[in-house]
Order: sequence, then C-alpha cells, then structure tokens
Amino acid sequence: MFTDLKTSLRPALAMTLLFALLLGIAYPLALTGIGQALFPFQANGSLIGQSGRPVGSTLIGQNFASDRYFHSRPSAAGKGYDGLASSGSNLGPASKALADRVARDIQALHSPGRPVPSDLVTTSASGLDPHISPDAAFFQVGRVAKARGLEPGQVRALVDRSIERPLLGFLGEARVNVLEINRRLDGIGANQAG
Amino acid sequence: MTFQGWLLIAAFVGLLLILVKPVGLWLFALYEGRRTPLHGLLGPVERGFYRLSGIDPREEQGWRRYAVHMLVFNTALLLLTYTLLRMQAVLPLNPQHLGAVSGHLAFNSAISFTSNTNWQSYAGESTMSNLSQMLALTIHNFLSAATGIALAFALFRGFARRSSATIGNFWADMVRVTLYLLLPLCVLLAIFYMASGVPQTLAGPVEVTTLEGAKQTLALGPVAGQEAIKMLGTNGGGFFNANSAHPFENPTALTNFVQMLSIFAIGVGLTHSFGKAVGNVRQGWAILAAMMVLFLAGVAITCWQEAAGNPVLHHLGVPGGNMEGKEVRFGIAASALFSVITTAASCGAVNAMHDSFTAIGGLVPLFNMQLGEVVVGGVGAGIYGFLLFAILAVFVAGLMVGRTPEYVGKKIESREVKLAVLAIAVLPMAILGFTAIASVLPAGLAGPLNKGPHGFSEILYAFTSAVANNGSAFAGLTANTPFYNGLLGVAMWIGRFFIIIPMLAIAGGLAAKKYTPETAGSFPTTGPLWTGLLVGIVLIVGGLTFLPGLALGPMADHLAMVRGQLF
Repeated sequence: MFTDLKTSLRPALAMTLLFALLLGIAYPLALTGIGQALFPFQANGSLIGQSGRPVGSTLIGQNFASDRYFHSRPSAAGKGYDGLASSGSNLGPASKALADRVARDIQALHSPGRPVPSDLVTTSASGLDPHISPDAAFFQVGRVAKARGLEPGQVRALVDRSIERPLLGFLGEARVNVLEINRRLDGIGANQAG
Repeated sequence: MTFQGWLLIAAFVGLLLILVKPVGLWLFALYEGRRTPLHGLLGPVERGFYRLSGIDPREEQGWRRYAVHMLVFNTALLLLTYTLLRMQAVLPLNPQHLGAVSGHLAFNSAISFTSNTNWQSYAGESTMSNLSQMLALTIHNFLSAATGIALAFALFRGFARRSSATIGNFWADMVRVTLYLLLPLCVLLAIFYMASGVPQTLAGPVEVTTLEGAKQTLALGPVAGQEAIKMLGTNGGGFFNANSAHPFENPTALTNFVQMLSIFAIGVGLTHSFGKAVGNVRQGWAILAAMMVLFLAGVAITCWQEAAGNPVLHHLGVPGGNMEGKEVRFGIAASALFSVITTAASCGAVNAMHDSFTAIGGLVPLFNMQLGEVVVGGVGAGIYGFLLFAILAVFVAGLMVGRTPEYVGKKIESREVKLAVLAIAVLPMAILGFTAIASVLPAGLAGPLNKGPHGFSEILYAFTSAVANNGSAFAGLTANTPFYNGLLGVAMWIGRFFIIIPMLAIAGGLAAKKYTPETAGSFPTTGPLWTGLLVGIVLIVGGLTFLPGLALGPMADHLAMVRGQLF
C-alpha cells in the first residue's frame, strides 16, 4: 500500500497541473476566442437596442408594470427579473404561500369569470423567463389596446404575428417573446405619431 | 399530456438508441487503448502528459494501486479547488470583485465537484468569479466524469480478463477518455450552444435600461464551455443559480433536446462497450433494456402528473398542467422528461424546479436517485452501479436453483456478493441516517422553505441527492449553512468513494478468476427473463428501503394536495 501511495504522488501532482492548464485555462479561453469571433452577438448576451444603450437581452425576461405593455410572468428572481439572482419560488404543490400568491395575482388581473392561463400566475424556474404562452398574450389584448387607444383587433393581429411555433412541430411550445412584442407595440405607436 | 409531448419522448428515445452503438464502439476503442482518428492531432498531447508525469501507459496496475492512484489524484484536485475558492478575492478574472468563498461552502463545493455530484449550496452568478467557474469547477466536470469512465473500464476488465492480476492503468484511462472523447465533443457542443445564444465571455455583468426605464443587470461569463461538459459528464453544476432553466444556459427547445441527449449519451454507450468487452453485445443490450423499462415508467408517471396539474390551483380558476417552476419555452413535457433523465443519470442539472412539481411528479426524481442512479446513471458510475445489481441478481437466481451463480463467464462467489451488498448498502444507510439526523436537530429543521410533509421531502431530497451524487435539489432548502454544507459534504464523499472501493475490489477479484464457460445449466443473462429479474432486484433491493421515507414525504404531500389541505 505504501508503494502504491509513493508511486502516485508525482503523477497526481503533474496531472493536476496539466489538466488544470488544459481544461481550466486553454479550453475556456479558446472557446471565448471562437465565440467572440464567430458569434459576437450571442456570446455577449444577445443584447438588443441602440448600440451602447441596450434595452435588454432577447433571451432574458424583464418586468413590465404599465398597462401599455404586455406583462411577463410573475418572477421569483430577487425582487422580480433580477439578472443577478435567477431563481424559482420553490414553493411546493400544497403550499399556502403559493395558493395565496396565485389568488392575489388572479385578483390583480381584474378579469373575473375568465379561466386564467396558468403561466400568467405562476413563477418560472429561472425567474427570467422571456416568454409567455399565446393564451397569456391574448388574455392581455383588451387591456393593452385600451391603454394605447388601439383597436383590439390590431393588437390581436400583432400577437398572432409574434407567436413562435415549436421547432419541427414538437420541440418546444408555442410562445410569445414579451420584450420583442412590446418593442413592436412601441413601433406601432411611433408609426402612427409619424 | 399532448400528442406533441409523446412525440418528444419518442424522438428522444429513438435518437438515444441510435447513439448507443457508435458511442459504445468509440468508448470500446478507448477501453482497449486502440488508435482513433483523433490520435494524429492529439497524440502528441497524450504523450506529453505521460512524459511530464513520469508514466508508462502500458504499465498495468492491480486493483489496489488503481484505487490508491485514483484516490490521491481526486484528493489533489479537491485541494486545488478548495484553495482556489478560498483565494478567489485576490485572483484575476473576477470582474464582480466577489469575496472569498466561505470555508464551509468551499469545503462543500470542492467535494461536490470532485465527486461528480455538483450539488450547489451557492448561487453561481453572485458567488463564483469567472476564474473559479473555469479553473476550480469546470475541470472537475471533465475529470470526475473521466474518473467514472475509467472505473467502469476497470470493472469491465475484471469481467473480461482471465487469471489476471491487473485491471489496467488509471492514468492512461483518464488521459485517453479526456482527450479523445470528452474534450473534442465538448468543443463541438460548446460551439453549438454559443450559436444558440449561450454566452462565452470573460466580461462582467452588463447593465441594460428596460423599455419602462428600469435598470436590469445581467450576469454573463464563460458559460458555453461549462455547459457542454456539465451535461455530457453528467455533472449538473450550473453557471447560474437556476441552472439549465436559465435562458443563458439553455436558451431554446433545441438546446434543451441536445442537453437531454448528452446526459444519457455516454451512459447508454457504456452498456454497449461492456457487451463488447465481455465478448457478447447481447449482455449490453439486456442491461440497457432493463434500464429503459425503469426509465420509461418514470417518464410516464411524471409527465402524467405534471400534465394533470395541481388541484389547488384548479380550484382557484387556473386550469391545466403545473407551470409553477417551469419555463414557457420548454412547457410541461420537456420539463418532466428532463427531470426524469437528470435523476436517472447522476446529472442533477435542472430545467424546471423540482421543488414545485406535483407531489408524485417530484417523487419520481427522488426515487430514481434512491435506486442508486443505475437507470443509465452517471457516466461510468451508472454502469458499475448496475453491474453490482447484476451480481446480486445472479446470486438470487443461483439461490433459487441451488448452484454457484456465474455472470459473463465468471463465477460469482461469496466475496463478490458480500462486496456488492456492502456497496449497495451505503446508499440507504447514508441517505436515511443523515436525513434522520437533520430531521431532529434544530440546525437541520431550520433548512426547509416549505412546511408540512413537503419540508421533510426537501431534507430527504437533499441527502438523497448528495449520497447518490446527483446534485439536483428541492431548492427551497437553505443549504448554505455550516450544518448542511458540512453534513452534505461528508454525505457526497461517502456516496462516491465508499461505493467505488468495494467495486474496485470486485474488479480485482474477478480479473484473477478463470473463465467459466457457459453450460446448459447456466442461468441465461440475456433475454426478457433476465431483464425482468434485473428490474425486480433493482426495485426490491434498491427501492423498497425508501418506501417509509417516501410515505412521510411526497405521498403525504400528494394526499394533502388532493384534499386541498395547505401548509
């Protein structure tokens, strides 16, 4: 056993160093080089907006409070959509805190009698979900149209155009990117004003 | 569940089965030390590693030497990580100026990553610098995976060799698996992830001004490279707190699909390599069949329960499946499927929060881990864990007919059975023992977020995940405390190495045995009868011990959920 231990020391130390250099330094640095050269947009967080003044990332959800915008899902990341504190609520299925929160959120929607799309009153796993379901978007059409003085049909058509479909029909779910649809909404306003 | 959901499961299983043979043959070439097409490019690196470490790759090792070298190497890596984390504040590539990682958290994380568990008591984006993510954590994702595969190779040699005193060379196995399998595949996967939107930068967080004028700060980093090996090596330690649910780790349904496949790819391949190693590929397919029976049963139950949804929310006027803790782009089916895959294998990455699953939907991931993660399992660890159950299964079959059992040409005698039982018993003893301790001490009871039976489930899940080296969590548990970091750290070490050592002892003993040819009286270890016996042994020996614990946690939780009794 002692010989086994003695013969192990040099390879263990040398291999630790060599693997650390290869896997911990060379591998991530080489990938960073490849990413920055070939995919600079994605490798830096898929940021959109005027150069130098990003309004967000297409991949990361953000909070919308105004009636003029489509709202994202409730978020458990920090105080809501905190990009430095991704998290789910971690509330269990029979949790009173969960039931109370959902009941509160339903009340805030002011739409008694209509079944509520489940994603609109549940928190996502990351707290940064950029999407809502098409149902959740259609659910908000009336409020957005009223706040903007637009025809509901016009807003509904915008939702229709903004739905992303599952890849090959089965990979993923139909969804609407909230930041992108809200930017299009602002676009409609700008066109009319112009 | 929707038709689309079933189609997803069918596509996953179909593609997985296509992967079995090519991955298995590639691994078999590495097992044999044969030349691969990559040797032209990476051969000089391999030889350089041997020369600088003073190793002769052809020098054979007995099981004791193999075990000692493996242990010393893993200990060295553990110390490196502990040191780097403690010194984080003064090291470069720390754009957020994060402070040193606390002693108990560094202890926990170092063991966690060394043991292929990747339990995370911390939130990555607010705790670990870019250097820590790369140098202290990512290297373990490669090396703990390579260690698992090397150990599986050692056990294969035990079955395959005749009257041999040795089971291979640990260093040669490590270097070959890393250079010719893990590294090249991860480069390809990482490029795909980057193209799909996963960041890879050394810069710090970026601030944006939202449409409503608020500030939002987005954490970035060298994510893609870590993501690739995190899944392929069944590690599961994410860059961000939300792991594969975070859009920067797993931005699309396609990346999600690739992640699910890469969790299982090496594990299923190894069943085929085993068949090749013992000279009968049907032995490998028989094992895979038993794994798939257990896997599909779990998938069906979790998908059904999650799609059925939470009656508590239905009463409030929210119909449909359970979307709490799930991402819209994945939906119910891809979240439920991912949860079963990640716990069947010893991955532990999550794309949905298991803590918020329905009670029975969350029971399946818990039970998968308690079976010892032998349903495909971690890279290497899954197949050697499963072979321990195979030894028990032939023993039970031998008892029934009253003759000395044999398996793939080796007599299974009292030493093998005792050691296999010793390894398998580690799981229930450690999981239930530690859970019992945490359930009575104030420091343990301070952990759970949820009240009632679900709070107990959080504790049970934590120790199950630690001992089984999974790393997923019912994440409501506040685990970053000296009590949990310390106890879970010990649990992870026991769960890894207290199984490996008896397993290597079996490998050494088997290698020394003569070949016993199959006769008319041998119990056939291929075919449906054998597959059925394996499934039965895994469920009865592996699973039954945990029934009382599951009754107190998820099953009680389910009854509460159905009756609308809230905690």
